[in-house]
Amino acid sequence: MRHVLSILVENEPGVLSRVAGLFSGRGFNIESLNVAPTLDAGVSRMTICTKGDEQIIEQIIKQLRKLVTVIKVVDLTHQQAVEREMVLIKVSAEDSRRAEILRIADIFRCKVVDVAANELTLEITGDQGKIRAIINLLQRFGIKEIARTGTGALRRSMQLEE
Amino acid sequence: MELTGAQVLLESLRREGVEVVFGYPGGATIDIYHELPKYPFRHVLTRHEQGAVHAADGYARASGKVGVCLVTSGPGATNTVTGIATAYMDSIPLVVFTGQVPTSLIGNDAFQEADIVGITRPCVKHNYLVKDIKDLAETIKQAFYLASTGRPGPVLVDLPKDVLQATVEYAYPGEIHMRSYNPHYEPNSRQIQRVVDLMRFSRKPLLFVGGGVIGSNASEDILWMAKKLNIPVIGSLMGLGAFPGNEPLWFGMVGMHGTYAANMAVNNADLLLAVGVRFDDRVTGKLSSFAEKGKIVHIDIDPTSIRKNVSVDVPMVCDCRRALKALRNELGKDTSINWEEKHEEWVTKIRTWEKSQPMTYDTNGSSFIKPQMVIETIYELTKGRAIIATEVGQNQMWAAQFYKYHKPRTLLTSGGLGTMGYGFPAAIGAQLAFPGSLVIDVAGDGSIQMNIQELATAVSYELPVKIVILNNGHLGMVRQWQELFYNRNYCSTCLHKNPDFVALAKAYGAQGYRIEKRDDVAPVLKEAFATKEPTIVDVLVEPEENVYPMVPAGASLTDMLLV
Ligand SMILES: Cc1ncc(C[n+]2csc(CCOP(=O)(O)OP(=O)(O)O)c2C)c(N)n1
Repeated sequence: MRHVLSILVENEPGVLSRVAGLFSGRGFNIESLNVAPTLDAGVSRMTICTKGDEQIIEQIIKQLRKLVTVIKVVDLTHQQAVEREMVLIKVSAEDSRRAEILRIADIFRCKVVDVAANELTLEITGDQGKIRAIINLLQRFGIKEIARTGTGALRRSMQLEE
Repeated sequence: MELTGAQVLLESLRREGVEVVFGYPGGATIDIYHELPKYPFRHVLTRHEQGAVHAADGYARASGKVGVCLVTSGPGATNTVTGIATAYMDSIPLVVFTGQVPTSLIGNDAFQEADIVGITRPCVKHNYLVKDIKDLAETIKQAFYLASTGRPGPVLVDLPKDVLQATVEYAYPGEIHMRSYNPHYEPNSRQIQRVVDLMRFSRKPLLFVGGGVIGSNASEDILWMAKKLNIPVIGSLMGLGAFPGNEPLWFGMVGMHGTYAANMAVNNADLLLAVGVRFDDRVTGKLSSFAEKGKIVHIDIDPTSIRKNVSVDVPMVCDCRRALKALRNELGKDTSINWEEKHEEWVTKIRTWEKSQPMTYDTNGSSFIKPQMVIETIYELTKGRAIIATEVGQNQMWAAQFYKYHKPRTLLTSGGLGTMGYGFPAAIGAQLAFPGSLVIDVAGDGSIQMNIQELATAVSYELPVKIVILNNGHLGMVRQWQELFYNRNYCSTCLHKNPDFVALAKAYGAQGYRIEKRDDVAPVLKEAFATKEPTIVDVLVEPEENVYPMVPAGASLTDMLLV
């Protein structure tokens, strides 16, 4: 099962390789990894998406907590959370198909961030489902390049009972 | 007080109470060596950096203090990696200082540069590159704190040459607070209660002790518990010495080369109290049948050890000693149960297993000296009072099976990594910690050649370490696997043209003996143990002797090949 881990780490050189090295060295899988400083310049937040059964995820979380530069690890999977990824998609856009692409972009609330004679670059933000959907839709026009940030996530302030 | 970086390092070591530093100099650390004679501790110059780390590790295992090692940059630093990984796997507190090229050159492929922080990341508890002299004292304090608290382990501090030469106003921090490091020591009282309840109801409980019991100095509490509640005890390789090997409730080592009684007991117990162990695959054999008839209580300071391999019924993340003290408190109060009687049948059952398949070896029909007999003789001569280091292979297993460790910290062995070449330098470290003790390295003819150069260290510091080589002319343990599972294809496991170990000892200025006849074993060993010099005893043993019992890799513990 896919898990989204939100990790606060000391913002210092080598911390990324400590975390990434833990995953590779122990044979854990990283689906995406996103890292940037928080308001506190001394602390960064990493959001890691990973897959595994409960026992593996438990090990991953414990092993992360054991790293001396890791301050906090939260598994957002069992909580309500806001999850977003930003993706840039460069898609072929011949004149005949441009209108159709723009309509899709509109429906998905994409931004057009670059235009050329036969290409469009779209910026889209959303959760995994939305991102998968638009990539699917645009594939038939021919996606030339794609750049993804990986998931960033925060716990929702209100945890409503389901 | 304005000090250079080199002085900051040495002054901080003094304040940490460091008595011995094991090291090897070079350009990057020469500033430290320049100041060293003014400081009160001993620097022991080994002949290889691997020797220095293993010696610091042996010192730490034998004494319970933090071992300290100092080496130069590049090749000096990379030579320490095996020793660091060895200490990491066995949770041994070490602080390793490595020189580094000046900060301005880092990343430039400078002369003798290696990214040692990157190289060692997967095998240290933590490591540091000190880029600013202002951070140096604090970093050293953190390094000692990290190495020795929680689950102990090696910490590396990389010291660029310009940082060692810069100056700073010296202040050594008093207390350490790290927001991201808070080991959990106290047992949870509800879980203690659950364990007590399980103990009340179990009929076939078994105590399983590991290196964590030794590391947390919990041996006495284990002894109390076993005796008071009449519970049999078994141990992992790392746990040997945690419980007196000459006590009647001791049933030996469990696992691949464990005793028949211990292996049968584990898979028949209704309650396994595992303390300070990590359920290594050499211990569990086939996981699905390991302790399958019982509930498991697992006490360990490191949360990652728990449920990593074995699923447990009561996980307790805390200091082993405090957990046992709490259990002792609770159980000591309870007078309603006659523990002696409750467990007698179970203890008797294990005794029957022990009697039916005792730890033994075949003595018929061979004129060769049996290696097991050599270990038994060492035990008889020392009465369990020596510190035994081992190399790796059959020698290690026989030393685990046929010597009884009466006290913790009297067996120094590379349990986790299985490092050939560990034993002799570790013995040197232990001898420095205990100059008056008899320290013996039980070696194989293969392993001893991995750090034989340390004979020069032993000779120059007048350390009377004894090396007993069980010389079978083979890389014995690998040959045993080839014999049993690879169709006797002895490829690259025969050691032709071994050196003359007696002459070699003499060339280094040490003593040498050779034993070729059974009757000479006891008298020659006795004489060797009495000398005040470093000594090699080369014992020519049965070339194709095997270690039994043996559980083939991946089989269940109760499927043992017996003698
Ligand atoms: C550094 C290292 N290299 C290789 C091995 C693999 N290995 C394990 S036991 C063994 C044989 C050891 O031979 P020897 O030291 O002669 O001891 P014996 O088994 O004969 O007692 C080897 C090669 C190891 N454990 N460590």
